[in-house]
Amino acid sequence: MDVITDNLGLYADGLLGTLKICGLVAVAALLLGIVLAGFRVSPVPPLRAVGTTYVTLVRNCPLTIVLFAFAFGLPEVGINGSYFAFGAAGLTVYTAAFVCEAVRSGIGAVDAGQAEAARSIGLTFGQSLRLVILPQALRAVIPPLGNVGIAMVKNSAIVGAFGVGGELYSVASTLNGARGEPALPVYSGVVIGYLIIIIPTGLLVLAAEKRLRVTR
Amino acid sequence: MSGSVLYDTPGPRGRRRIAVASVAAGIALAALAALAVRRLAANGQFDGSRWSPLFNPGDENFPALWRLLGGGLVHTLTAAGLAMSFSLVLGVLIATTRISAARWYRWAVVGVVELLRGVPVVIAIFFAAQVLPVYGLKLPPLWYIVIGLTAYNSVVISEIVRAGILAVPKGQREAAAALGLTRGQTLRIVLLPQAFRSMLPALISQLVVILKDTSLGAFISYEELLRRALIAIQTLHNPIQTYLVIGGIFILVNYLVTRLATYLEARLSGRRARPSVPAEDLSTG
Repeated sequence: MDVITDNLGLYADGLLGTLKICGLVAVAALLLGIVLAGFRVSPVPPLRAVGTTYVTLVRNCPLTIVLFAFAFGLPEVGINGSYFAFGAAGLTVYTAAFVCEAVRSGIGAVDAGQAEAARSIGLTFGQSLRLVILPQALRAVIPPLGNVGIAMVKNSAIVGAFGVGGELYSVASTLNGARGEPALPVYSGVVIGYLIIIIPTGLLVLAAEKRLRVTR
Repeated sequence: MSGSVLYDTPGPRGRRRIAVASVAAGIALAALAALAVRRLAANGQFDGSRWSPLFNPGDENFPALWRLLGGGLVHTLTAAGLAMSFSLVLGVLIATTRISAARWYRWAVVGVVELLRGVPVVIAIFFAAQVLPVYGLKLPPLWYIVIGLTAYNSVVISEIVRAGILAVPKGQREAAAALGLTRGQTLRIVLLPQAFRSMLPALISQLVVILKDTSLGAFISYEELLRRALIAIQTLHNPIQTYLVIGGIFILVNYLVTRLATYLEARLSGRRARPSVPAEDLSTG
């Protein structure tokens, strides 16, 4: 276990790197996912089709292939960037599909009677969305979004395996692959790093789920 | 329709507005598509040489390429099938022993479940591939994939199974106890068959997750579909076209599996609505 304590700084840097990627991707995927969810519930058929197609294609495609296609496909058409940019973009595109579904299911969870009541007292579309539906949908959306977030943190390891340096996974390839340190403690350290992020997040999601549960 | 909560059936003015928005969205989409096509064409992505090995049976590389990719798909399905089978067996074992066991064992199981659920699958696979050989367990790469996938998915499945068992009405367990069935018998004859039915859709959805994760095998040189595609790209130099095709294969397979899950869900929820299951059915359980 000396390997972990001797390289605590490296692990800490990795943890920060992972948090950095995850923070960036979380914001971008949330925005893209909400836009897509808006498409999926919009009354305009072409937009609905775009949303549905996006979700169906992306959800059924392995993240690994999305990442490879971004990093080695885009340069073919003259779009160049760093592995970090491609990795973050690929993970964003992938995660947004799941964010979209979480948001959409949240809107679906609002009782139809609520919207009908809002309309019958004369609220406009915008008002009923803003005052009645979204506040209720948000409660239903937060726990599943938390789970999407946890999955995203774990998927960031795939981005790491793919060659983006400076995050938790790459610590293992530096210590075990390049310096030949024993595999068991090195990988255990990486696992602990992920658990440090994931277990508190999971507990938070659980707490939010309990707090926000609505008895209907 | 999902949107029906948000708005009424549109009237004449609403319909006009929707039509205008549809045309605008259509134009925007067409413009985007045209931009993408121009970009692809400008970089020579529509050259026949990039597509014909994949789509033209007359091409000299066509048979070899599809033999390569076909073999890769078989390896992908093998890994997924093995991982699913092991995860199912282990998951049922974990779930059933957890429900009826001593307190220390239950806590131990909860610990392991939470631990493994928090570990990224790719790390689990690398862990298996890097750590096991150090302790003398040298296996073909297939088994590292299967071990990594099983470690993660067996605990996920155990949670699905546990939820399924807990969802069986309490009366079933009480009736079994009243008949004098032992705990094991109750589980085997009464609870599991009913739980299994309700959790089938969730289990099939998990299969999609497993199928997608087999592509991580490419990182530890297990020659599944993605790895084989990477090999083909080295000689054919057509990454965009090849990723398109293997992505398409994954999407098609997973889409069909998902459809199966939704179909079963609809069918099974229809069945549960029936008043009761004929007595003969129980005897075969």
